[in-house]
Amino acid sequence: MSPRAAWRLERLGFEQVYDFVPGKLAWLAMGWPREGTAGAVPNAGEVARRGTPTCALDDRVADVRAAVLAAGRDVCIVVNPEGIVQGRLRGRALEENPEATAEQAMQVGPTTIRPSERLEPLVERMRRRGVATIVVSDLKGQLVGIMYREDAERALEAARQ
Amino acid sequence: MPQQIDIAGIRQLLAAGAQLVEVLPPEEFEEEHLPGAVNVPLRQLTQQATASLGKQRPVVVYCWDYQ
Repeated sequence: MSPRAAWRLERLGFEQVYDFVPGKLAWLAMGWPREGTAGAVPNAGEVARRGTPTCALDDRVADVRAAVLAAGRDVCIVVNPEGIVQGRLRGRALEENPEATAEQAMQVGPTTIRPSERLEPLVERMRRRGVATIVVSDLKGQLVGIMYREDAERALEAARQ
Repeated sequence: MPQQIDIAGIRQLLAAGAQLVEVLPPEEFEEEHLPGAVNVPLRQLTQQATASLGKQRPVVVYCWDYQ
């Protein structure tokens, strides 16, 4: 639809016409700001806790654990040099083998969702599967944050009132 | 000839003051749109409907996805 619209605008005399091919879907999947009635209920990106500790694939687990504790968090997301989510370190993975690398100890390829994910069906799925947290990453696979189910439930409750 | 832009390109253009036009139906626009966008559905793209836009300024048009 947008290519036709772009050509139409040019025909109408617009001198610099650009077609944003990825569209609204991609914009929302980046977790960028939005306007409209849907904003009354936050999406996953808006509820996600930011500032999650990250580490490199080659970092020592002992160092990662120290950084996670210093940040007052319980999880670290392992990213590659491009900032793309590769794995997750939490719980026993942060305790068992302090000399291992993050890559050796991490859970590979944790489930991620896009920031634009609607909360209600997401929370329902998380409840059904007993999932308390989920990694939020953008269209490129870069970390946005961690969404806690309890935060999402509170946000939904607030939106209903 | 219209130029295609990607995720990186749109942010640069908006920072430079480009105008945004969503060509989806009004109900979709009302629900969710990019900040600062105006809604001119494809079937209403006429001189009159676009009169409020500057013809010398860059204009970025978008719909839902690649379609």
